[in-house]
Order: sequence, then structure tokens, then C-alpha cells
Amino acid sequence: MNEIIKLSAADLAAKLRDGSVTSTQAVQAHLDRIAAVDGGDRGVHAFLHLNAEEALAVAAEVDAIRAAGGAEAEALHPLAGVPIAIKDLIVTKGQPTTAGSRFLEGWMSPYDATVIEKIRAAKLPMLGKTNLDEFAMGSSTEHSAFGDTRNPWDLDRIPGGSGGGSAAAVAAFEAPLALGTDTGGSIRQPGAVTGTVGVKPTYGGVSRYGAIAMASSLDQIGPVTRTVLDSALLHELIGGHDPKDSTSIDQPVPELAAAAAQGASGDLTGVRVGVIRELQGEGYDAGVQARFDESLELLRSAGAEIVEVSCPNFEYALGAYYLIMPSEVSSNLAKFDGVRYGNRVLPTEGPMTIERVMGATRSAGFGDEVKRRIILGTYALSAGYYDAYYGSAQKVRTLIQRDFEAAFAQADVLVSPTSPVVAFPLGSKLDDPLAMYLNDVATIPANLAGIPGITVPGGLSENLPVGIQFLAPAHEDARLYRAGAALEKLLEDRWGGPLINQAPELAESSKEGVA
Amino acid sequence: MPAISREDVAHLAQLAHLEMSETELEKMTGELGVIVNAIKSVSEAAGDDVPATSHPLPLVNVMREDVVGQTLTQDEALLNAPDAEDGRFKVPAILEGE
Repeated sequence: MNEIIKLSAADLAAKLRDGSVTSTQAVQAHLDRIAAVDGGDRGVHAFLHLNAEEALAVAAEVDAIRAAGGAEAEALHPLAGVPIAIKDLIVTKGQPTTAGSRFLEGWMSPYDATVIEKIRAAKLPMLGKTNLDEFAMGSSTEHSAFGDTRNPWDLDRIPGGSGGGSAAAVAAFEAPLALGTDTGGSIRQPGAVTGTVGVKPTYGGVSRYGAIAMASSLDQIGPVTRTVLDSALLHELIGGHDPKDSTSIDQPVPELAAAAAQGASGDLTGVRVGVIRELQGEGYDAGVQARFDESLELLRSAGAEIVEVSCPNFEYALGAYYLIMPSEVSSNLAKFDGVRYGNRVLPTEGPMTIERVMGATRSAGFGDEVKRRIILGTYALSAGYYDAYYGSAQKVRTLIQRDFEAAFAQADVLVSPTSPVVAFPLGSKLDDPLAMYLNDVATIPANLAGIPGITVPGGLSENLPVGIQFLAPAHEDARLYRAGAALEKLLEDRWGGPLINQAPELAESSKEGVA
Repeated sequence: MPAISREDVAHLAQLAHLEMSETELEKMTGELGVIVNAIKSVSEAAGDDVPATSHPLPLVNVMREDVVGQTLTQDEALLNAPDAEDGRFKVPAILEGE
């Protein structure tokens, strides 16, 4: 294995700056890795599309600027030349964007998402687009219309979802950085089950312009990486106010990398860490609980004050989420009607009206989970049920926020397992939607309240990664990076290196790679 | 709260512009029944005195000067259209029989 691909983004960026590695070498090393492990029947299949030509061109441009030196080289972004993978829910010019759906197969966005504009301006070569559950609806990436992504720790298991492609790409050393989106846990839960780091920023902290909307009051773009510092660096790059997103926060991006550096000292003296009583115990794997308890002991040994907090209304969070999210889904996905874009399908019989064309188009273009959520949302919003379902769910949202408010009066950050279970076998929950939904029980409350969350690797159970989640009050994303980096440092001291180093070597799955 | 029936699902599918076969309707009715049953406790969780939250953070409407910014050209807007003619999106009949 080429050692370049094992580097963190921060370390690779340092080598690019001191000239010991070129961006062209870095991009080529990752393309070679993708060609070796991503394709074929037993490949990771993290990528839906590769953007090799453009990535190499951007790399060559960065290398030329660095070689020339002077003001332009000085002005390069610290991450310039470091390759990145993009979740295929985020629109990109020059590359197809599918959202994991047949409906958008072959669709070429006429514009870039704001985060993509920022990545282009900073000159990070984009390796390609990563797999996801269709329109980001799922916890296993099995709802993608374009095949499963495999977990690099065990190729017969799920990589989490919806952003299983981005998490698996980073875990398999196919990219040092990736972008994800998190509506109910789609960055954090894949991060947990692949032994990587993922952050859901404060709602509005990163522009959503150009992220295909699933549930607009919950969606948030965020970083997917192998280290806490790398997430902080990427978060600082993509964060900030955007006039094109009316929900975007009009404040400077907090100092996140500095917070990660502070945390990496391993000292948490005076930091109050709240353990959420309702997010542990019953329903959580014994191995997950054991790794969580060990992490608490480490945090205590680092000087943190561990307090127990109670969030009694969390028992209604999953229910409220599965009313609010589908309601917004049913509205957001109404635009996919086969008129302005998308693959139009004509009815095979009967009158050929636009309504029937829409019905046939949506029926053929959407998979089962998307249809399920559209119907559920239409139900929750329909006359006679609106107050009982959607209205009640919005009240629960208030109660969840109050629970967090009370908890943050006692603690600076909150902590819980990220996922109640480790990666499960492919196919094992496909016939039981409710069991699939329960994977997000610990991540959903943060989306309902708009607060930020991070997952960091917490060790192994049954040889599979366990994630530890930290949550902070809105706008206090920096606290996540301090606490996350501290736990990362304490655990890596114990393990003798990053958890990902314990992942099994991937065999070469294909000589051809992906299309 | 009444259980969700096959007729309910058929009606909802029609509202949502989703053509569904008998088999699909049958399967969806069963699955939705399980899901609705699992989440219905939400309707009893909060009292009348609890205000609803539609949005995670307090926001006010954002205004700007009415200045033309960057927009898509007609060609760009029509680039992905399943059917277009004379610079417009082309669709089948809007009304039955016309």
C-alpha cells in the first residue's frame, strides 16, 4: 500500500507544503487505491462516479503554483491539493449527481453547491461522487439504486447510511476527506460503524445550497474524515454564511482547528461531560456499552467532570422525527415530477395526461423506502391527522430542545454511544423498516434541536468499530472538537495508534476499478 | 386513532402522484401500520401549553435588495428536460381528452 494514502489530511497537506509529496502523486495514489479495492463483486463500492481527469488537472495546477512560488503559492488554502470525495447528494457541475436514485440517473447539475464552490476555490481535487441511500433515506446505504457499499472492516456488513459511501471511502483509504449530509445521523452513524470521524455542524453552520433537500429543517452538510483535526479543517473550509441559504448563520465560523489542537493535549480539566441517561442501556449492544463506559473512565482520568443528565422526552424523539422528516420529504420530493428534469416514464395504458405521466415517472423512479416516506408524510400532513401527528411532533421538538437546554445547564458537552449497534450484515434489516429506523435513535435528537454532534472511534466490539458521540449547544461546535480530539488522543495512546490501523487489509477486488 | 387501511394508502398514493400496484399497496399498508403504531405515542407526549417548533434555531425573514444576480441561461435550464420545444418544457396533455 502506498504510504501517501495512510496520511491524515493535515499531514498530507504539510507534505504538500514542504514539497516532499506533490498533489499529483497524492491524487494518483488515491485513484490507484480506488482502482484496487472499490470495483468488482467484492469491492467496497464507495464511489458511483470517478472524476479522475478533473482531479488530476486541479492537482497539476496546485503543483505548478507551488513550484512557481511567490504570492500565489503563499495564498493557497492550507488544504490545497488534498483530494476529497463528495456524497452524491451534493450537486456538482461536470459530474453527474444521482442522489442514489434511478430518477436522476445521468442528471447533470447546471450549478455547483456552495460547498463545492468553496472546495473549488481552495483547490481540493475532487475524486468523485460517493454512494448513499436513495435521497439520503436509510441507515445502511442498501437503499441506493446503484448497489450496496461494503464496510471495509467486514465486506459482508453495512457501512451505515445514508452516507455509507463517504464513510467507507475514508475508512478504506480511498480518500482522506469526504463530504456528507446528516438529517438524522447520516454522517455520524456511518462514521461510528466504519471507525471514522464525522461531524454534523450546528444547523445553518454550513450552507445547504446545492444539497438535494430531504428534510429542510433537519438537513446539514458536514465533514467525514479519519481524524478530529481533519474534520475541523474541512469544517472551517465549508462553513460560513451564504446569502443563497436563508437558514445559514450570519456569524463567523468558530475556531475549530484550534479547539481540536487544544483537545489533543489530552487535558479536559474543568470540562463538564454530561452522560445522557436515556441514550444507553436497553437496546444498546453490550460491547457498545462497554466501550462507552471505558471512554467515560478515560475522560474522567483526563480531568473531565462526569455528570449524569436526564432527557426524558427523548423517548418520543424517534417518533417525532418519523413524522416531521417524512412530512418535509413528501413536500420536498414533489418537485421530482419528470417535467423539468429526471427520467420521464410514460404510462403503458390509459389516458396520457401529465398527472398520469407524473404517477408513472415517480413510481418507476423512486425505490420502496422513498415511497414509504412520501406516503407516511402525506398521511401525517393530511386533513384530520395534521394536529395529531405533525402538530404533536412539532411540540415534541420543543420538549426535546428544553431537555437539551436543561442538560447543557449542567454540562458543557453531552456524550452517548453514536449507534446502539455495530455494523450489521447486509440484508439483515431490509425487510423490517422499523428496525432500520432504530439505528438512528441516538443521533436524531441533535437534528431535531439543531445542535452539533461528532462521532469519534471508541474501540471495537466483535472486531467491529464502536462510535462515541459528543453533542454541544448550538453555535458551540468548537466544544465538540476539543472533547473529540481529547478522547481520540487518550484512546490512541492506549491503542498505540489510530483504530483504523486495526482494520483488516483489503484484498485487490478488481483490476479495472469502477466506471 | 384508526388503523391505516389499504384504501387510505391508495388515496395517499394518488395524492402523492405515486402509481402503485395491488401488491405494493398491500405491502405498504402492512409496513405503515407497524410504523404508525410505533410512533403514535407522540400525539400524547405534549400538552396544549407546549408551543410547536417548526425550525431548530430562531430565524427572522431574510431580505435583500432586488438586484438581478447570476441566473441559469435558458439552455442550462432546459439541459436536463425530458422533453423541450421552442425554449420551453414540453409535457403531455394537462387535461384528459384534450
